[in-house]
Amino acid sequence: MPDRAGTPVPEAPMLEAIGVSRVFDVSRPWLQRTLAGEKRLTLRAVDDVSFAIAPGSTLSLVGESGCGKSTIARLAVGLYAPSAGEIRFEGNSLSVARAQPALRRRMNMIFQDPYASLNPRWRVRDIVAEPIRAFKILDGAKAIADRVGALLAQVGLSPADGERYPHEFSGGQRQRISIARALSSEPDFLVCDEPTSALDVSVQAQILNLMKELQERLGLTYLFISHNLAVVRHMSDRLGVMYLGRIVEMGPGEEVFARPRHPYTRMLLDAIPDLEMVGRARTPVGGEVPSPIDPPPGCAFHPRCPLANARCRTERPEHTRAGPSAAEVLVACHAVAEGRA
Amino acid sequence: MALLEVDRLTVEFPTRRGTLRALDGVSFSIGAGEVLGVVGESGAGKSLTGASIIGLLEPPGRIASGEIRLNGERIDTLKPEAMRHIRGKQIGAIFQDPLTTLNPLYSVGRQLVETMQAHLKLSDAEARSRAVGWLREVGIPAPEQRVEAYPHQFSGGMRQRVVIALALCAEPRLVIADEPTTALDVSVQAQIIALLRRLTREHGASVMLVTHDMGVIAETADRVAVMYAGRIAEIGPVASVVKAPAHPYSKGLMGSIPALGHRMARLAQIDGAMPRLNAIPPGCAFNPRCKRVFDRCRVERPDLLPAGDTRAACWLYAEGAADA
Repeated sequence: MPDRAGTPVPEAPMLEAIGVSRVFDVSRPWLQRTLAGEKRLTLRAVDDVSFAIAPGSTLSLVGESGCGKSTIARLAVGLYAPSAGEIRFEGNSLSVARAQPALRRRMNMIFQDPYASLNPRWRVRDIVAEPIRAFKILDGAKAIADRVGALLAQVGLSPADGERYPHEFSGGQRQRISIARALSSEPDFLVCDEPTSALDVSVQAQILNLMKELQERLGLTYLFISHNLAVVRHMSDRLGVMYLGRIVEMGPGEEVFARPRHPYTRMLLDAIPDLEMVGRARTPVGGEVPSPIDPPPGCAFHPRCPLANARCRTERPEHTRAGPSAAEVLVACHAVAEGRA
Repeated sequence: MALLEVDRLTVEFPTRRGTLRALDGVSFSIGAGEVLGVVGESGAGKSLTGASIIGLLEPPGRIASGEIRLNGERIDTLKPEAMRHIRGKQIGAIFQDPLTTLNPLYSVGRQLVETMQAHLKLSDAEARSRAVGWLREVGIPAPEQRVEAYPHQFSGGMRQRVVIALALCAEPRLVIADEPTTALDVSVQAQIIALLRRLTREHGASVMLVTHDMGVIAETADRVAVMYAGRIAEIGPVASVVKAPAHPYSKGLMGSIPALGHRMARLAQIDGAMPRLNAIPPGCAFNPRCKRVFDRCRVERPDLLPAGDTRAACWLYAEGAADA
């Protein structure tokens, strides 16, 4: 396994990202831009990101808005093509894998907003059956109806719910429908982009429990995207912390939570209001996430970092290894590498 | 005497298919300088409670019964004109989205000056210098220059700071903050909470903090009210409600929150969902989802009963009930 792809994974990874970047053109239309004499404006949403996900495990990516985590979710299922680098699904380049229905059906996605991701004009049974029909997994109305009924039962709904429309369901039930649809193509790999952030906490608990049960029962592999560290801690085996398009710290969830190394990870862990904080004050970290159109030079976190020095302001930190060999963590921080942290 | 008293407040929405009762007999009080957290899931009636207090209930919603008293005087029956003097002057409001709270066409300085001059007798020069002072107090860098800036020139966190300045600049006694940090990134959330807590303490204002984020409540509030289906399920000191909740719903709610400190194999889960307003069951509204339900819960609605350090609307705590 190449050095940059992260801590070695014993098995061949299900999904692997190797030096992936994605650049968006955010300049104004050609005529306006030319008249105003402006240059092209690009936004580097994802910048040289590498990771690997072992079969049956969960990798979570966590970060604040604008850090590129949703772009990675879309890259991972092939909804965007990388501007540089490569994504491999079971060793095949994703662009090749996407062209083969047999491979394509093995990955699916659960979206954030269960109100926007279900077609309001379709009955639930048609929503759930669409991947089955699209990939021609089953033939005959009876076989498809039976399968849809079984899928709905699997996510805790009743097979009779298939006759209803999405508006008749609550947010949590709609997310169950999204999960049933995602499972209908019999995938091995699911990308979950903030699947519970639109839900109330008690409903979030139901959905997270369901996702864990399904993972155990069906051996699913998850790429889990969230801004909520507590949710990520609950769900993940491995964890990547993102800041302005880069993974600044990545390692086993237990290790990262027990001994956060990157100053940004520490700040995030410190900043989160937690039930255990009753009556305790905290010192909030100043500043906000800079615009990804014009990221700071050197380490992108340096304007907010208490440990920043001249090197951090000019030279971009590469990943260095830290932590015990059994639970190795990659950290992109000069202060950690120099032992100043 | 408490600063704010809400007494058996009931809010109804008449519809063609019958009247929906969105708030049903909600009673609580907020003392001077106190922070009351109001938590609950969407549709529980938290925001509606806040809107009723500041007199911004959207028609056709109306207060069907009950009283709201500020400093002992009823404010729920005031005419809109009289209410306008209370809103801003006595009760400040902070809403979730700072971009829709601020007027995009006026500079933030002009908005601050206008708000202060509407409620306080200030000359233009005085109001302007106070506006700069408020921006400095909420942590806006270079306030002398930024006072001329427009809302779109601020980032989300900075905008919410401006909104806090606007809510506090007429020196209200009570601030109603409805999900003030929900639209912000976590690292900015902590800054805004700390700011709100410091400023309201310095100015002696009471706060009603409405949020679905239990972590925010745990850090900020003195007391907490847990709402469910338009009613208060439990109310008490923050430490007791968070660490040792009495009501089965509060227990389920606290257990369903993933913790940062340790990893659980499985989250506690309350099966089902909160009932819709047109289908609230008789008796205790939580009874169909409650693991400890018994006959009385299905027919008779419980009042808030003493339960340890808190008060819970639950028959388990009635005198003569089996162990709670």
